Amino acid sequence: MKKYLSFFRLRFTMGLQYRAAALAGIVTQFTWGFMEVMMFRAFYRSDASAFPMSFSATASYVWLQQAFLAFFMVWMMENEIFDSIINGNIAYELCRPINLYNMWFSRSMATRLSRAVLRCFPVLGVAFFVPSPYGLEPPADFFHFALFLVTLVLGFAVTVSFCMLIYFFTFFTVSPQGLRILFTSLVEFFAGAVIPLPFFPENIQRIMEALPFAAMQNVSLRIFSGSMNEVQMQKAVALQVFWLLVLTAAGKLLCRFAEKKVTIQGG
Amino acid sequence: MITMEHVCKSYRIAKRNAGFLEACKALFHRQYETIHALNDVSFTIRDGEMVGYIGPNGAGKSSTIKILSGILTPDSGTVLVDGRIPYKNRRKHVQEIGVVFGQRSQLWWDVPVMDSFELLKDIYSIPKPLYRQNLEELTELLNLKELLRSPARQLSLGQRMRCEIAASLLHSPRILFLDEPTIGLDAVSKLAVREFILKRNKVHGTTVILTTHDMQDIEALSNRIILIGKGRILMDGTLEDIKRGNDNIDETIAELYRAYDI
Repeated sequence: MKKYLSFFRLRFTMGLQYRAAALAGIVTQFTWGFMEVMMFRAFYRSDASAFPMSFSATASYVWLQQAFLAFFMVWMMENEIFDSIINGNIAYELCRPINLYNMWFSRSMATRLSRAVLRCFPVLGVAFFVPSPYGLEPPADFFHFALFLVTLVLGFAVTVSFCMLIYFFTFFTVSPQGLRILFTSLVEFFAGAVIPLPFFPENIQRIMEALPFAAMQNVSLRIFSGSMNEVQMQKAVALQVFWLLVLTAAGKLLCRFAEKKVTIQGG
Repeated sequence: MITMEHVCKSYRIAKRNAGFLEACKALFHRQYETIHALNDVSFTIRDGEMVGYIGPNGAGKSSTIKILSGILTPDSGTVLVDGRIPYKNRRKHVQEIGVVFGQRSQLWWDVPVMDSFELLKDIYSIPKPLYRQNLEELTELLNLKELLRSPARQLSLGQRMRCEIAASLLHSPRILFLDEPTIGLDAVSKLAVREFILKRNKVHGTTVILTTHDMQDIEALSNRIILIGKGRILMDGTLEDIKRGNDNIDETIAELYRAYDI
């Protein structure tokens, strides 16, 4: 365990040293969040009752999503991992007494966490002071807040274990580009990154909520903004745990298979 | 002790001629060629031996090293390193070996070399006193003192290679695989690395297997030479066997390659 922790620590401190990237990220997240809130306002103006979530809940959803972008965006993958698979540097990782899956898992976690830590506070802070209903509304009570934190971590883990699948699929293709584009656009849509899931028609929504993608950002963001009732919350958390287990198991299996089949490219 | 018996490894390689038309053809009909990187390779290396593993480009040297270090699985044959099958109990196996791939880097690019070392300490679960002792010894012998605090990306190739070698030895491995360790080094660094490997072998009894194209490396380091070509072991003997009175080792080797048509 200690090896993975110290690896986590190294990646985390490494991530914290990229200041310019963090600053650029904060600016992007502000602009994007602001644009999205304005766009939703235009829709709500025409008929607010036609929407499943209140406008302030939607605004909170958007701001939280921007603040914790690094936790949930599948496109933020570790390029170094892809590079090492393509150019063969993975040879070195394979001659360490470590489990490749656990190592990459802790690495992805660390990178995402370091990015999120640098970016979330400014976004959360400012969004909190943006006047209602455009800003970030605090959750209804402490219970919702606590559950938000739990589901945030669960969703984060689901996202990372999904990315792990893509890393290991890369062992079997020449270039990771196709897989990345396919999966990232798919996930964006189904995870509620484009529009929140309640905005979809009900029958489609029911299917979408059972998929692993809904176990990523959807749950925690909606619990925070209070747009889930108790039964929904129970079901959502159970699904998160379920998908986390399934995705991790699948990833580990794939990892073992890939290790057996690996050829080191480039001599 | 290392034994390889009747080991074979082949790769399937997609081949086509150059040009647009050929590329279009390959869309529908792809031609594969099977390359036998290793074809019935057998040898035994005893503890504490220093073996030079030579052969022309593409002879199968790196494949052998990768099989011995547990990264690649052979198609057939048996491999035993100190009683372990490298690719079966990979994690246990790699704890006992050190590997340097001259063309790759194991140091983390953006952090000081020291950070990479500290991480390796945890990865290999090296006890603190042993780590301290090894680090001190390596720093002194490879003259790393000035380098440890700089990020790996700002080191020159030779400086980095010295750090790479140190990184592979922090956990006192019993066997050391060196895949072209002196590639791109200046004269001083080369000598330092050679001297260091010799010392390591003498003091710690480390088994060393070395692939290189630099015949002076071989001359300085190994008493035994294994020559491989087209995936087969062609010769297994001492430096004297190969030289046969000819003083220029490079010419002798080139002659040998020609004689074996590899």
